[in-house]
Amino acid sequence: MSVPTDLTSELTKTAKIEDILTNPDVAHLIIHHHKVTSSHLLPGLEVQTKEAEDHIDIIVRLKENTILEKPVHMCFGMLPKDGVQKLNMDIVIGKNASIDILAHCTFPNGVSIDHIMDAKIVIEEGAKYSYFERHIHGDLGGVNVYPTAHIDLKKKSHFYSEFELLKGRAGLIDINYSVDCDDDSILEMLARINAKGDDVVKINEIGNLNGERSRGVLNSRVACRDNAKAEVKSVITASGSYARGHVDCTEIVQDNASVNAVPIVTVNNPKAHITHEAALGSVDSKQLQTLMAHGLTEEEATDLIIQGLLS
Amino acid sequence: MGILNVDNVSLKLSGKQILNNVSMDIWKGHVHAIVGPNGAGKSTLASVIMGLPGYRNHEGKITFEQKELNSLSLDERARLGMTYGWQEPARFEGLSIHDFIAAAAKDKSKQSINAHLDQVGLDPEKYAMRAVDKTLSGGERKKVELASILAMDPDLILLDEPDSGIDVATLEKMFDVIKILKEKGTTIILITHSLAVLKQADHAFLMCHGQVIEKNTADKIIPYFENNCMPCPHKNMPDIEEASS
Repeated sequence: MSVPTDLTSELTKTAKIEDILTNPDVAHLIIHHHKVTSSHLLPGLEVQTKEAEDHIDIIVRLKENTILEKPVHMCFGMLPKDGVQKLNMDIVIGKNASIDILAHCTFPNGVSIDHIMDAKIVIEEGAKYSYFERHIHGDLGGVNVYPTAHIDLKKKSHFYSEFELLKGRAGLIDINYSVDCDDDSILEMLARINAKGDDVVKINEIGNLNGERSRGVLNSRVACRDNAKAEVKSVITASGSYARGHVDCTEIVQDNASVNAVPIVTVNNPKAHITHEAALGSVDSKQLQTLMAHGLTEEEATDLIIQGLLS
Repeated sequence: MGILNVDNVSLKLSGKQILNNVSMDIWKGHVHAIVGPNGAGKSTLASVIMGLPGYRNHEGKITFEQKELNSLSLDERARLGMTYGWQEPARFEGLSIHDFIAAAAKDKSKQSINAHLDQVGLDPEKYAMRAVDKTLSGGERKKVELASILAMDPDLILLDEPDSGIDVATLEKMFDVIKILKEKGTTIILITHSLAVLKQADHAFLMCHGQVIEKNTADKIIPYFENNCMPCPHKNMPDIEEASS
């Protein structure tokens, strides 16, 4: 493998976050392959890493009552065209603490790359954890992404996650998230993926609304073109009294692509309630005609509609 | 010769005659109304003129600026300088009002787009980055459509039931915009069964049962429409001879 010497600079430049490196108020962690190339922490935020040949362990602790005002940037990536990056993450967000993480998963040259993340996340009582994962891939479609996470939401905690891949080829995306929700906790998950070529997208999200008054929303927005395929399985089980859940799948299918969406909603408590809605198919004809009546070609109109849906 | 000429246009949908030998000349820079009761064929005619999918298999000829439209698709007609404002415009999840307007604007600058939002009574600070989605009221959505039309600066606009689903204040704003467009020399066709909208027009075509039964200045059509069409118990079957006499 040929790796540029200044990995941090290359990765952050590709992710367009170079300015964070010199900002003392913004925490960051940059990992190329299985090596930490740069980090900067703030009071209350502890990160320990253990580098190995075939993986890296990342332990993140946010102390009780620590509120990080600005998002923490984590950049995980590989610049070579092939290889495996495996991240084992162990995250605990202390009581009443709050953190927003912007994760930039950067694989601009990937031809045969596996990006594997295995995360265990505990969000303690009253804490808030927001994780925005933006993928930056090249146009070659050779990046296989396997994010797996189990999230334990304690009482009155809040978990928000967003997975985004809008530019470059998706390759293979295989998301497996499961979340257990205690009393009064809130779960929100959104995946926004633009798939083309022969990309394959698999989303398997599970929300267990075990606690009283727990709430959960699973959203997916996937656009598939060419020969891309997507399978979206969204599972919500409401067992707690007054638990409320919702599944919303909106997937656009163009060309020879195909999408399979399976919302599975289970209610085990007569005081709980779950709803789901799904819209799969081509672009809405009235939307298309509205934009074409403004002079856009069908292709331009379709692109704009998809851009909006995935924005 | 007008800017738009509809010549003996007939259309059957599912075996039913919806338009029957409709002819009309639309004059450049004037406001026209196509008026008539529900089911008269007004919106169908607008769809045929604009070339919406499913409405292009008609008899007769339509020309815009002396160019025959029959073989042109919806977007090709729009690029000639025509556009269509829907009775209920589509909503777009995630698409900002700014991006929606900019997509077809002649001047895509933020300043220009904000100016058009101001013209229709929408504060750009509050609205430019909002989505064109279900969170907008019917009136707000129509104002966004009008701002978009202003930004497109077309030569001819078809507005289908512009008063539908909006309050009086929004309707007044819409009439203001129609005046602005007319002053710029834009040709406007209002599709309506509303007397208030009809009163904005210079010329009117009275339609019933798929036919144009009267063409005249709007002030001549208004009394007939008010006295005969509005109270007519058989809305789609008036006495054509009486109207023409």
